[in-house]
Amino acid sequence: MLEIDAISLTPASMRAGTPDLAKVRADFPILSTSREGKPLIYLDSAATSQKPRAVLDAMSTYYATYNANVHRGVYAISEQATAAYEAGRAAIARFINAPEPENVVFTRNTTEAINLVAYSWGRHSIKPGDAILTSALEHHSNLVPWQMLAEERGARLLHLPLDAQGRLDLTDLDGLLAQGVKLVAISQMSNVLGTINPVAEIARRAHAVGALVLVDGAQSVPHFPVDVQALDCDFLAFSAHKMVGPTGVGALYGRRSVLEAMPPFMAGGSMIKKVTLERSTYADVPQRFEAGTQAIAEVIGFGAAVQYLSELGMEWVRDREHALTAYLLETLSAIPGVTIYGPPVDERGGAVSFNVGDVHPHDVASLLDEDNIAVRAGHHCCQPLMGLLAVAATTRASVYFYNTTDEIDALARGLHRVRRVFGS
Amino acid sequence: MSSDLYQEEILDHYRHPHNHGTLENPDATFEDSNPLCGDIVAVDLRYDGERVSEVRFRGSGCAISQAAASMLTDMVVGQTRVDALAIPREAILEELGVPLSPARVKCALLGYKVMMAALYGVPDHNAK
Ligand SMILES: Cc1ncc(COP(=O)(O)O)c(C=O)c1O
Repeated sequence: MLEIDAISLTPASMRAGTPDLAKVRADFPILSTSREGKPLIYLDSAATSQKPRAVLDAMSTYYATYNANVHRGVYAISEQATAAYEAGRAAIARFINAPEPENVVFTRNTTEAINLVAYSWGRHSIKPGDAILTSALEHHSNLVPWQMLAEERGARLLHLPLDAQGRLDLTDLDGLLAQGVKLVAISQMSNVLGTINPVAEIARRAHAVGALVLVDGAQSVPHFPVDVQALDCDFLAFSAHKMVGPTGVGALYGRRSVLEAMPPFMAGGSMIKKVTLERSTYADVPQRFEAGTQAIAEVIGFGAAVQYLSELGMEWVRDREHALTAYLLETLSAIPGVTIYGPPVDERGGAVSFNVGDVHPHDVASLLDEDNIAVRAGHHCCQPLMGLLAVAATTRASVYFYNTTDEIDALARGLHRVRRVFGS
Repeated sequence: MSSDLYQEEILDHYRHPHNHGTLENPDATFEDSNPLCGDIVAVDLRYDGERVSEVRFRGSGCAISQAAASMLTDMVVGQTRVDALAIPREAILEELGVPLSPARVKCALLGYKVMMAALYGVPDHNAK
């Protein structure tokens, strides 16, 4: 084996957690696969998480035994499918402590959830001269919809700046809010720097000037307990696929009074109350926003995913990831030439961006791939942030509860190899 | 420890690129980038009659994109414009001589794309 003794110390607390973890890992079929004898080391869960058998089974059971459209049939399997679909909604509402299931609208993903707000709420509520406040570390999906809305409505887009460690700088928040801000759209956790943003505090100050608050929860809802009532946000957007659920489904939480006042986003079947050839009246919330046949199997899988996470306990997920993140940061900082971006461990989650000397992140990721280690390289859909960090791209390793310190050790060995191959 | 992808020849071209830099008053110039990864390659050409007498390239990006661009400059220098334009994209992949995943083929072909545009005389949209 290679010379990495100095960084192979596993924290005692995590050794103690090992027996449970073996069972947890066994729930994820992909985690026991390998390529040419090299086990898959998956460190890209911020892009999409792996899926436990419980989620796969929930979806295939639906297809194999009660596949039918929902909210339409009066026969038994259609009613069963409708019940399972609505049970998914209720489970997701509970997971984020929404007051009622009706607060949850199913979308395709976080991106669509944000666009739903931009189109349906934004085009009716944003007036020329109004302002929308986002931040310098937003994912393109929480930036571009607002740019388009601002341009279309003649509104202004303002940005909260970052401090040197990649934290939102709130010094000027009240000053910015006073410039006619009607909506604050902010992520709860950065997918690049891992920064956890104080969204409850931002929401409190935004509400004081009458602005609504949309939280991009794509990276937060999967990784720690999120309570929409405690945050007091008006919208929360998140994706099933980053939280052990399937692709193709996401959710928009909306405050009931706000959703009730919003017109439909897309028009068609399922979102109407009464249709004549001339006009239609719209269905109640949330059906109003779910036009056409939805991703039924995926919603059922999403329900199974939040059930799986709830059984693990989101506090456990958070604590385990905190320990893994600490270990990851410590391990990376022990490798000469590695630059880590973002704040210290207590203010961040498990998405860690770094560079190895001046080796291009694609080369880092390709070399790691030769050892079947999956990391992400690129701008992570955050080009403005890359500009602020003054890099073209970064390599990102991101952990989820199923990762191990052994896998982080393997990453370190891979990075030492990168340094040898590139002589940096 | 050695790598299937990062063979010595590729690393050599990456560390010591051939025909690197810029030309004063080039006859043709073109620059492009790969928006997904931010790799950039720019090429300047000078002709002596029908022949490409000088090539310079510059850019930033991964080892594959920069090494491939460097190799391509060697293949183009001294060729007539017509012969250089006839170089197939497979030739540069063959020159690299390593198996590339589809994502990395894009890196490898960035320099090729830029070189062909310069040879065709496509106006450089980046030029001021
Ligand atoms: C912070 C953040 N917001 C939004 C998204 C978009 O999620 P999706 O691609 O599932 O719509 C992502 C996904 O990478 C993200 O990390």
